[in-house]
Amino acid sequence: MNRFAELLDRLAYEPGRNNKIRLLVAYFRSTQDPDRGYALAALTGALSFKHAKPGLIRDLITERADPVLFGLSYDYVGDLSETVALMWPKAELPGHNNPPPPTLTEVVTTLRTLGKSALPAQLARWLDELDETGRWALLKLVTGAMRIGISARLAKTAAAALGNKDPHEIELMWPGLSPPYLDLFAWLEGRGDKPVNRDPVPFRPVMLAHAIEDADFAGLDAADFSAEWKWDGIRVQAVSGRDSRGHVQARLYSRTGEDITGSFPDLVPSLHLPGAIDGELLVLRDGRVQSFNVLQQRLNRKVVSPKLTKEFPIHLRAYDLLDDDENDLRELPFVERRARLERFVARLDDPRIDLSPMISFTSWEQLAAARADPKSAGAGDDADAVEGVMLKRRDAPYLPGRPKGPWWKWKRDPHIIDAVLMYAQRGHGKRSSYYSDYTFGVWTRGEAGDELVPVGKAYFGFTDEELLQIDRFVRRNTTEKFGPVRHVVHEPDQGLVMEVAFEGLQRSPRHKSGVAMRFPRVSRLRWDKPPREADRLETLERLLMTMTTN
Amino acid sequence: MKLKPAYIQKMRPQDILMPGPAGLACKAGGFHIDPVRPVERALITHGHSDHARPGHGAVLATRETLDMMRLRYGENFAGSTQVVAYGEEIRLGDVTATFHPAGHVLGSAQIAVTCKDTRIVASGDYKDARDPTCAPFELVPCDVFITEATFGLPVFRHGDAADEVKKLLTSVRLFPERAHLVGAYSLGKAQRVIALLREAGYDAPIYLHGAMEAITYYYRERGIPLGELKPVRGMKKADLAGTITLAPPSATSDVWTRRFPDPVTAFASGWMRVRARARQGGVELPLVISDHADWDGLTATIAATGAGEIWVTHGQEDALVHWCKTKGLAARPLDLVGYGDEDEGEAAASADEAQRAGEADA
Repeated sequence: MNRFAELLDRLAYEPGRNNKIRLLVAYFRSTQDPDRGYALAALTGALSFKHAKPGLIRDLITERADPVLFGLSYDYVGDLSETVALMWPKAELPGHNNPPPPTLTEVVTTLRTLGKSALPAQLARWLDELDETGRWALLKLVTGAMRIGISARLAKTAAAALGNKDPHEIELMWPGLSPPYLDLFAWLEGRGDKPVNRDPVPFRPVMLAHAIEDADFAGLDAADFSAEWKWDGIRVQAVSGRDSRGHVQARLYSRTGEDITGSFPDLVPSLHLPGAIDGELLVLRDGRVQSFNVLQQRLNRKVVSPKLTKEFPIHLRAYDLLDDDENDLRELPFVERRARLERFVARLDDPRIDLSPMISFTSWEQLAAARADPKSAGAGDDADAVEGVMLKRRDAPYLPGRPKGPWWKWKRDPHIIDAVLMYAQRGHGKRSSYYSDYTFGVWTRGEAGDELVPVGKAYFGFTDEELLQIDRFVRRNTTEKFGPVRHVVHEPDQGLVMEVAFEGLQRSPRHKSGVAMRFPRVSRLRWDKPPREADRLETLERLLMTMTTN
Repeated sequence: MKLKPAYIQKMRPQDILMPGPAGLACKAGGFHIDPVRPVERALITHGHSDHARPGHGAVLATRETLDMMRLRYGENFAGSTQVVAYGEEIRLGDVTATFHPAGHVLGSAQIAVTCKDTRIVASGDYKDARDPTCAPFELVPCDVFITEATFGLPVFRHGDAADEVKKLLTSVRLFPERAHLVGAYSLGKAQRVIALLREAGYDAPIYLHGAMEAITYYYRERGIPLGELKPVRGMKKADLAGTITLAPPSATSDVWTRRFPDPVTAFASGWMRVRARARQGGVELPLVISDHADWDGLTATIAATGAGEIWVTHGQEDALVHWCKTKGLAARPLDLVGYGDEDEGEAAASADEAQRAGEADA
């Protein structure tokens, strides 16, 4: 566990991608099986321990520490696992021979079989045996909240580097592998054959798009590209395949490869032909795509009741085909895959699955017009669920990851308002000593003349430099303090105006202003603008009207 | 042997030392301890710039502290100076003052102020951990103990500094083509890190940022073995691969770092125990090495002084005051302003020296 803890500790601070890979490779090279395999599993998110919840960790520490001291410490550190790891009291272990700290393998294999009731005592024993870094790593591992800036992709890339292999090869075999990956390491070290993927319904790593900038168009020819709507739903991969007995199995994966079939059982019967569809999960009512807000109400439900599936009918809008009854299509150019997709969807002949329509255009100007007005460019009644357009090179194969060039996303311009900073709150984690969460408001007529009413909160969009500036402004212009929240001066002539960008707007009885923004972020700081010139609530209400009547 | 009624023998501690606008004031002795504004007579615990400021009438301090003030502020930093040796008794008005090693940096002292039968110890900054560059902390029994609380939260437990130095050396081995840049306060921390590197067997030259030179050479003059030291100024970029350079923390995020090949930024500080703090500073290799007592050190020291009353200053006063009360000790936060709660004053001093050393440019 200590070697793994040291690795996590160092990775958490190392900003450079190549240096991260070097640290990982050094670890894989110097660590024995099966420890290194479990480490790879931990880093790729392949391990989960369902019983270890933050509440349990909190209970463990409150049994052992003064609650006031714990409270002050947690407030200072800003991270539960880290606070507990640091203030865990030194164990008074009986006898002279302290037990050695657990190995990673010991932790993982013990947790797999350990009952819920035995977990607290076992965790406490391990915490007694480990040092600060070891305890931190253990708690991060068991609660599944690693957040050390390592993607699964990077961990696999490092594993590939161990054997001078292409990471793409590991991606393709990955769904068929399981921890502690003895066969993978044997192959990487030249001691074994290449592992094969025997899963009949494997996840295929998805292809992602880059956001296009205005300057990019100059180097691109419209004739090389197809375009389709970018739907505001959930990217999924719907896979069907025949198992060893010839039965068709279906599985629904998120874009990261998480199996989400259980949340959408109503879609499974529609996936009756072997194949792998890349598409968008949407809610359709009376043939009309509903907004993301509606879809959101179907997500993260523990129980998927018949009432839920009826009220929120699920739908798959297909835009790519990766596999067509056991033929891997990913090497084919997009136009050919698209042709096969059209035939495949026709053969499925299912009301829950349809094609994402193509946008016809011959120049970027034409496409820009379509993007500006999807309703009259073919999206019709579904225009509200369009968040932009996707550009796909007609000759591009399906490549996992985010290769630059073949796919571009061109989002609709966000809505923008000028709002006034009203309250600021300290962030958590990395930002625990910065005022980084901002509540902003716009003007409205109150009983005693114009007053500011809060309309939303934003905690990103600004640069590190701007964060420092806002933090300084907040500290110097605080009018009142309530715990971690500061009231910041917001008078007509005194205060900070923030330009806030957001994607959508909806009515909300929970907010005093009656409106709630989707995806708000600070797009610019308007040090030049006096608060009196910020926007008014009426502007948002007008926008809300145009959005609902569309 | 003076015979006086008990009520006269025991003074109220606040009649001996009182916080005032200039800092901790002793009216009966006519002096201040570590005053933040110019005063007539100042007793200075140690050379860090938030404690040792220029412009006082008379300054009483250890030889090293006075020397460091001279190095930083020039010959005329005070009207007059008086060297006080550890353990020497100084009579000032109605009180007696003695200086005792604080284990914080070279020359650092706790100041015990005794009036009649009451003794207050103003410990300044202190640590009870081992440090090859200064005299070890001396426990001074007292009635009132004034303690710092820089690391006054139970999350701060510092561990063995030698292990942190090992971490640095492991990284130097893993990345031999990169330069390692260690941010450290220029007075005390830097020299301690160098001494620890030498103890760990590292015998290559260690490079110094300009702001480090004067104080570090002074340490060497005082007989602290630091091995071969070189100014980093004028070195070729390629020649700095695989080397270790000590620099003031402010310099490690400065354009100054562009002279190093792909530098690994380390920072030696007790703050490095908390990840968010380390990451905010863009630190890649945090080294938990502190010249302040950690939580265990603070609480053990408080208990060991036998003091029934504890005054807590600069830092996390709330937690330490709370702890004292749970142990049945009278405790209160002492409202003193002007001391960097995160060595900020020291960081600023380092930046000044960096300016003067002409290193903050380029």
